[in-house]
Amino acid sequence: MKHLIILGAGTAGTMAANKLRPLLQRSEWDITIVDQTTEHHYQPGYLFIPFGMYTADDVVKESRSLLADGINFVNSEIERVDPDQQVVHLANGDDPKYDYLLIATGTHPRPDQTPGLDGPEYGRSIHDFYTLEGATRLHKALESFTGGRLAVNVVEMPIKCPVAPLEFTFLADSYFKKRGIRDKVDMVYVTPLPGAFTKPVAAKSLGGMLDERDIGIEPDFMLERVDTDEQVLVSYDERKVPYDLLVTVPINMGADFVARSGLGDELNHVPVDKHTFLSKKYDTIFALGDAAALPTSKAGSVAHFAVDVFTENFVNYVHGRPMERSFDGHANCFIESGDGKAMLIDFNYVTQPLEGMYPLPGIGPFPLLHESRRNHWAKLAFRWTYWHMLLPGHHLPVPNAMSMAGKHEEDS
Amino acid sequence: MTTATIAGKEITLDDEGFMTEYDEWSEALGEVLASQIGIEMTDAHWEAVRFLRKDFLEQGVTPTLRRVSTVGGIPIKELFGLFPKKPAKKMAYIAGLPKPAGCV
Repeated sequence: MKHLIILGAGTAGTMAANKLRPLLQRSEWDITIVDQTTEHHYQPGYLFIPFGMYTADDVVKESRSLLADGINFVNSEIERVDPDQQVVHLANGDDPKYDYLLIATGTHPRPDQTPGLDGPEYGRSIHDFYTLEGATRLHKALESFTGGRLAVNVVEMPIKCPVAPLEFTFLADSYFKKRGIRDKVDMVYVTPLPGAFTKPVAAKSLGGMLDERDIGIEPDFMLERVDTDEQVLVSYDERKVPYDLLVTVPINMGADFVARSGLGDELNHVPVDKHTFLSKKYDTIFALGDAAALPTSKAGSVAHFAVDVFTENFVNYVHGRPMERSFDGHANCFIESGDGKAMLIDFNYVTQPLEGMYPLPGIGPFPLLHESRRNHWAKLAFRWTYWHMLLPGHHLPVPNAMSMAGKHEEDS
Repeated sequence: MTTATIAGKEITLDDEGFMTEYDEWSEALGEVLASQIGIEMTDAHWEAVRFLRKDFLEQGVTPTLRRVSTVGGIPIKELFGLFPKKPAKKMAYIAGLPKPAGCV
């Protein structure tokens, strides 16, 4: 009997387990998935919680209920992987052996990595929206906010869902307008990037959208520490940005067991081949989703496209055949822009987000890099798609690899 | 892509002036590139630039500031002192490496 162990029952791990189960003979393969919690969170939904658009009930389901028959679920923390012995040491005392290991334990906000951030003010004047608890606390903080300076700060890249901080900012602008207090709120977007986004065409349109909404931007800001007495963000080059309410996107790091097992880079992400997800160090270990160190966005859509490539390759790999499919870094993200509208971006390792229509040239129905109501409704509808189509491993009617069809080449 | 002649050597550059060929670089060239952006190289500067060169060879990407700090052992604060304002970009420029990807 062969044993595949999947660490992490999040988006990538759950999809991979459900897609692989029918492809691997039950008489030959056991599949075990390990997670430290029994809850699966629809993380894209966190964004809407601070504004009262979603509650916890909308984003939480029991992990086990999302797994197909024939997959063992183990609820335990992970102590360490021993890649030479092919053993996982679990906190519950078990030490299961694996033939192949898939690491899909994601990446997580770590406010403890920045001086001043993770102190008594966390949850009071400092909030995050990348955890259910954080987003829920921020909802209360926004409700009682009557005016002052709101700073949204991305501490360091890479972060998961890199457009979410901008979406939060646009939604906050819209929220304050609706409450009739926008003129009492001074908003600033503080980022380590040279502009609103990493890639030039998207950075230009997103930067323009900050301007239109009278939201200041503080680019190239590398946060050194937060001075909670003075209520200022302090950068390494000693610039200061004051705040009354700070919404932070802390440094993201992979799971600590990755570091303890000697499998991670400086942020505990696992270095893998960017086309096949095979570990650069061990031929029995793969890493998928946010847990992997890949030069593309850390996002559910990336995990989705990646899992399709991974599962086909994996079946060939374990039978000694070449891995024929190659992942292109495809990402596809709706960006909420407030007032019931959203944008869409579609890109990969080599092509930046461009303008155009998706998925059909000229027809869409989704305009790229332009605000529309249709994009907003598609984003809200995606929650249903996530639970009922994506996680069970059903096919979605969109191309897996990024396509240039419908995109406008950059004017140069 | 363009080419330029610096310190008597022909080198290949991208649109923003970053060198594209790892092997066209030398420390003498690094010295000239540094002076073009107003930096006079000291031992401390060289320690950072040499780490970038070595790490790029092993990893295939220009290291981030965090990596230079945690793996290379030079605190981020110090890097801002050595290469003011935009240390990641300036170090890559001097080391003849691609501009740091700026994660997506």
